[in-house]
Amino acid sequence: MIYKRFMSTVMASTLGSLAAGSVAVAQDDGGRGLEIAIEAERRDSGFGDFTSEMTMVLRNRHGEESTREIRNRTLEVLDDGDKTLVIFDRPRDVQGTALLSFSHRIGSDDQWLYLPALRRVKRIASNNKAGPFMGSEFAYEDISSQEVEKYSDYRFVSEEDLDGTPTFVVERVPVDENSGYTRQLVWFDQVEYRVMKVDFYDRRNVLMKTLSYAGYQQYEGRYWRADQMDMVNHQTGKSTTLMWRNFDFGTGLSDRDFDQNSLRRAR
Amino acid sequence: MSHRRSWRQGVFPLAFALALIPQGPVRAQLTAEVGLESRGYFKGPLFSGQDRHDASVSLEAEFYREWDDRRQSITVEPFVRLDFADKERTHFDLRELSWQYVFESWELRVGLRKVFWGVTESLHLVDVINQTDLVENVDGEDKLGQPMVNAAFIRPWGTVELFALPYFRERTFQGTDGRLRQSVLVDEDDVRYQSGAEEHHFDWAVRWSHYIGSFDLAVSYFDGTNRDPRLEPVLNDRGGVALTPFYEQMEQLGVEGQYTSGGWLLKLEGLTRDVQLGRYWAFAGGFEYTIPQVLGTNADLGLLSEYLFDDRGDAATTPFEGDVTFGGRLAFNDVQSSELLAFVVADVEGDGNLLSVEGSRRFGSDWIVTLETRVFFGAAPEDFLYGLRQDDYVGLALRRYF
Repeated sequence: MIYKRFMSTVMASTLGSLAAGSVAVAQDDGGRGLEIAIEAERRDSGFGDFTSEMTMVLRNRHGEESTREIRNRTLEVLDDGDKTLVIFDRPRDVQGTALLSFSHRIGSDDQWLYLPALRRVKRIASNNKAGPFMGSEFAYEDISSQEVEKYSDYRFVSEEDLDGTPTFVVERVPVDENSGYTRQLVWFDQVEYRVMKVDFYDRRNVLMKTLSYAGYQQYEGRYWRADQMDMVNHQTGKSTTLMWRNFDFGTGLSDRDFDQNSLRRAR
Repeated sequence: MSHRRSWRQGVFPLAFALALIPQGPVRAQLTAEVGLESRGYFKGPLFSGQDRHDASVSLEAEFYREWDDRRQSITVEPFVRLDFADKERTHFDLRELSWQYVFESWELRVGLRKVFWGVTESLHLVDVINQTDLVENVDGEDKLGQPMVNAAFIRPWGTVELFALPYFRERTFQGTDGRLRQSVLVDEDDVRYQSGAEEHHFDWAVRWSHYIGSFDLAVSYFDGTNRDPRLEPVLNDRGGVALTPFYEQMEQLGVEGQYTSGGWLLKLEGLTRDVQLGRYWAFAGGFEYTIPQVLGTNADLGLLSEYLFDDRGDAATTPFEGDVTFGGRLAFNDVQSSELLAFVVADVEGDGNLLSVEGSRRFGSDWIVTLETRVFFGAAPEDFLYGLRQDDYVGLALRRYF
């Protein structure tokens, strides 16, 4: 479904650009870059829901560390972006704060923040995609759900051996005008189509950050999740490591676990 | 006294909740926040007994326990403050002592709870369920736990909540020795009610809320004891004048709306209240605009402006009856979550203004330090802020989280 819908969009835009007398960048690889992205998404679809926990370690250039802990609940939404509920446990001053996000394939996401001291739910602006998540080297757009439609101009770059793993390298361009990046290079492993590495190029098209995935484990005999994600900022020397644990798939979450009532009682 | 009575109100739901605790997977957590705050006043006091500085310590703890596959939970949240200057500010409250049951299409919550309604920042107009713990902060954001039975029905067209409120809590006020008080003291021992049932009057409320695309909407109705007292001058035993809080009955219809698009939040709250002296209306509305990564840094700059109107004018029971707020919030998005918040509230008729600047930062992983200053200027004698004209202060607060 997703594949068909997307291919027709691509064809329409190709026809459009041909009519305008230019050649779409996405097409000079014969559509191979987009095919790889779609295949990666297809292999990860159908999971229904999952919960997980995460510890985030922030390091400055002197090696000083600080940590954050969050819990995550995700519900897959057919034909649209996922719903996620993120509960903050550490640092302690933000404990009880929770963020509900409805990601959309097209258009901006909907986000509500729960502020426990006031018992207040506040709908928040969604133009802060490029800003740091909890003071880390991960921007909001790096940790939000990565639907194929969030990027355009997919381009197959090369096949590359990444530390012994054969990979496809694909370039993609964020659609959102508030993105902090001009483009990203993504390394997919050729067997399972898992993301192994991402290079982020800033608004001046200079390499800014590299994200590396490690410790992939398979759940439900199908879905791959990395235990560790390392983001290094080449411009500041800072880095952030995410350590994931307790992945639990098919826990029976429903839309009711992703409404404002559940946001208020998320702990 | 009211604290002790509300305690009794809360014991029943707690006992009820404890009886319902089954075996099985349970998640429990105990957290606490200890605060130390001190304020220095730039000007000498207006009244004898007041001082140039004050200090206090506070403790807020929360015990939370969930079980039954997250369907049931209890929350206990006691709060206590010891104030070394104002004995009225030394107080205890149960912010929460409640049991909650989550069904597929509805939720039941019983006990002492805090509930927030509204969208605007500078004034929470339609927010009527909880009484204001005014002695905590003149901004009115601190609330006392309210005894209630609350049911929420979740439907595709929105959430409908019903509130049964069997007991009323009186507002807290500063004592003789406290700064940031009005020139005439409020006598909390002489409280009057319109209803013969006094604090036992049965209040109720209903609220529908929903979101449609970029719009968040709510409509609410409240029938019961007005949380905002009318302060009436009376002669006390010693021949002086004091203010007596008079709690009348009211009916309130409130609406809330917010439109969110990109960096813009457009907000409006309005209400009409039927009170003893007749019907009046009020609204608060404005915008918030966020500039992400301002000047190429990681910081966000949020700009805010709101207009507050109350058709009772100077007779309003809120300090804002025709005021404009301008504010800015700079969130540095750094490891220490550094923040700077500045705003000014100006009376459009030039009767009184407030300037507030506040900065906060985390130290280590468990400490937050906040530095704030508030300046009251240009207040006319009939304005609420006139009583605070000598009370400009700078305050330092240290909070440790456990």
